[in-house]
Amino acid sequence: MKQVLSSYLRQLEAESIYIMREVAAEFRNPVMLYSIGKDSAVLLHLAMKAFYPGKPPFPLLHVDTTWKFKEMIAFRDAEAKRLGVDLMVHINEEGVRNGISPITHGSALHTDIMKTEALKQAFAKYGFDAAFGGARRDEEKSRAKERIYSFRNASHNWDPKRQRPELWHLANTKVNPGESMRVFPLSNWTELDVWTYIYLEDIPVVPLYFAKERPVVERDGTLIMVDDDRLPLEEGETPQMRKVRFRTLGCYPLTGAIESEATTLPEIIEELVASRHSERQGRVIDHDQVGSMEKKKQEGYF
Amino acid sequence: MARLSVVGDTNDSASDRLAARLVAEEDRGLLRFLTCGSVDDGKSTLIGRLLYDSQLVFEDQLKNVQKESKRPNSTMGAEIDLSLLVDGLQAEREQGITIDVAYRYFATPRRKFIVADTPGHVQYTRNMATGASNCDFGVLLIDARQGVLTQTRRHACILSLLGIKKVALAVNKMDLIDFDQERFQAIVDDFTAFAEPLGFESIEAIPVSALKGDNVTAPSAHMHWYHGPTLLGHLETVEVSRSRDKDPFRFPVQWVNRPHLDFRGVSGTVAGGRIAPGDEVVIHPSGKRVHVARIVTADGDLDVAQEGDAVTLTFAEEVDASRGDVITTPDSEPSVADQLASKIIWFDEEAMLPGRNYTIRCGTQSATATVSSLKYKLNVDNLDHVAGKTLEMNEVGLCNLSMTKPLVFDPYGDNPETGSFILIDRFTNATVAAGMVEFGLRRATNVKWQELSVDKSSRAGLKGQKPCVLWFTGLSGSGKSTIANALEKRLHALGRHTYMLDGDNIRHGLNKDLGFTDADRVENIRRVAEAARLFVDAGLIVMVSFISPFRSERRMARDLVGEGEFIEIYVDTPLEVCEARDPKGLYRKARAGLIKNFTGIDSSYERPESPELDLNTSELTPEVLAERVLEELRRRDVV
Repeated sequence: MKQVLSSYLRQLEAESIYIMREVAAEFRNPVMLYSIGKDSAVLLHLAMKAFYPGKPPFPLLHVDTTWKFKEMIAFRDAEAKRLGVDLMVHINEEGVRNGISPITHGSALHTDIMKTEALKQAFAKYGFDAAFGGARRDEEKSRAKERIYSFRNASHNWDPKRQRPELWHLANTKVNPGESMRVFPLSNWTELDVWTYIYLEDIPVVPLYFAKERPVVERDGTLIMVDDDRLPLEEGETPQMRKVRFRTLGCYPLTGAIESEATTLPEIIEELVASRHSERQGRVIDHDQVGSMEKKKQEGYF
Repeated sequence: MARLSVVGDTNDSASDRLAARLVAEEDRGLLRFLTCGSVDDGKSTLIGRLLYDSQLVFEDQLKNVQKESKRPNSTMGAEIDLSLLVDGLQAEREQGITIDVAYRYFATPRRKFIVADTPGHVQYTRNMATGASNCDFGVLLIDARQGVLTQTRRHACILSLLGIKKVALAVNKMDLIDFDQERFQAIVDDFTAFAEPLGFESIEAIPVSALKGDNVTAPSAHMHWYHGPTLLGHLETVEVSRSRDKDPFRFPVQWVNRPHLDFRGVSGTVAGGRIAPGDEVVIHPSGKRVHVARIVTADGDLDVAQEGDAVTLTFAEEVDASRGDVITTPDSEPSVADQLASKIIWFDEEAMLPGRNYTIRCGTQSATATVSSLKYKLNVDNLDHVAGKTLEMNEVGLCNLSMTKPLVFDPYGDNPETGSFILIDRFTNATVAAGMVEFGLRRATNVKWQELSVDKSSRAGLKGQKPCVLWFTGLSGSGKSTIANALEKRLHALGRHTYMLDGDNIRHGLNKDLGFTDADRVENIRRVAEAARLFVDAGLIVMVSFISPFRSERRMARDLVGEGEFIEIYVDTPLEVCEARDPKGLYRKARAGLIKNFTGIDSSYERPESPELDLNTSELTPEVLAERVLEELRRRDVV
């Protein structure tokens, strides 16, 4: 039999719910960014709890780069239906017309146009003044410096030296027209907290997190899953079936899989506890150069 | 731990092992602590050391840091620079300092930790206060070579102000003073003497070297004279009680939950005490009494909700409760007042100005607040009370605040959740101060508003006009008073009832006691705005001709009167033109250094962003411009 939440996880849960209610009450037009991964799954689950018996008073938005794994898209649509929440999908159509792809244009340009630009387009189109994101401070060094309420100017830029102090539980939620806030209710959660919570609360996650025989090719030490025929194989590459899973889910040619035997949540948690590697090791976009995440964030990336 | 090994011996499936681990974890508490102290005393290195020695650094992160440690501007030579594990921003790496607070998470078999790595630089003291407001314990670092510095004292002071009861004094860089016991003791004595009035319950002094690892996680081989715990050992065992379960019940309403006609609840997080269905509660500020019917959560109704629980309450009786209300039990009422006394830490580069309006955010409540008086400033070097008119950035003072409506609160010492607030600048939206309530002011409840039987509209009706304020703003010599004079003559000829408030004239009487510092200018405008409000109440068309250089005060004046009753007229004359005219010879004196704080010369003028009228004086005469104002008044049906 499963245990109930530890007092520590209950505390994290309550803090996140508090943040969501503040945003719903203080902002004119908030939105929850839903990226289909494990953190998004927890975020959405918390939103359902925060406004129970009502539904979350804001829509979900998925910024689709068109390079997501097929299983992710299927999972996204099934979850929105199961929970009865509004799901909006935004794609940078201009990027699609220009044929922007992570393969021909590289990870940096692809991320910039299909994620960062697309997000700005969605903000402009729908007039959002706040957006929830699932980022956690333990993910990356510059994220550890992020506030729960991350202020963005009218051009969506983040200035690490001009962050608003966050004292007690008091948030300064004031924004002028055009300005916005990115809000991270999971700031204080760690990767281990997220998985433990998913296990104890029975939250569905994309099957890609569980180990299974999948076709992969190895590139520069990263295992890339061949999800469809859009991934051109390099000379001498033949997809091999290997038992792999994903620790983090991004765009499929940019996120490496790990070899694993973990097919259940307890096994995933056990593997995580024993791991000597960080979560984002498999993320190509973090490693373009030193400080690259910080630069992307200053330009409006989440 | 015993339970863990028993389960581990008899079961080997991953879910059983996880179950055992979760049971074991439940026994571990959580400690939120911060590290603080002066610049370069090694805070980031210390946290890097804690993470590294607790084997919490991942291999790929370590590899990156090793690579960066070899960069030319690194101070570390061949050794690995542990501070790079935590200083995540480019500017921090370039300058080798910590700019912003970072939160790190780590755990040992005995405890979980959230550590706030806060900056030491004076310029970022606000970030240190931020970290402290979310912690229960403080590690104050001192560089053994430097001893107790101003910033050490300032940080100790802030820790104490924010209610942190226990601290560790980590005297760092012991390796650089040959692990000298006497020097260590001298620093400890120095600090203890200073900190005595701050009232810490315990100060654990530990000699360490973050760089070499002495007494951080393992006892040092170099300091046999030291018999106390290692820093980590102390962090694992120090007792900090955080529970406010037994405190009076406090529930600030965040959100009215009304998904359909059959459900109406109020959502929020219990900020103190506990509550059960059937309990009687009071809703403040209305004072209505009702009974709790249900405590609703997505996981089912609760029998009891206690401090920290995020829940939704429903009531047995119909009642109107909304965001900003605070629900309590009848046995312990909070303060409900529109004036309070509070300690304030000023954060903003622009000094605090008594009389200026700020937005106050206290729990889920918001209002407009002004600092009505600064009782004293705190000298953080010796804890003396110092007289002063303003608070500069990073200064701490005791202030009286008055709000536009009553707020519900407690003294900070009784409940930090309901006794803390922030002040927000209404133009830049910057968080300019953090406040800790001392007490509500009784005069707030003793001075009552006298209802008058003749009101503004009846007074104005008698005169057959719509009262309003015509607020002329612009540089000295721009032509404000000349235009206002011409306008008043025209209005008078039309049979309108007017009055003129002129900057120079008011300074002969009502504002005789004020000078030209920013603080006095704010007070100058506050008084004239109040006077203008009274004249509007009397039904008059009031012309105010004041330089009024700051947007904040013009906004305050606007807020004092009704919608559409404030007409801001910007007399837009370039500085060169005003200076060439120099009707009173003031620019000449200012340029000669004979007048200080002169607008346009050594004091700033903030031009209106969207005035109702913008008068360009370079091409048109005052009479033509006055006529233009009159047209605007006709358009607005004022005359």
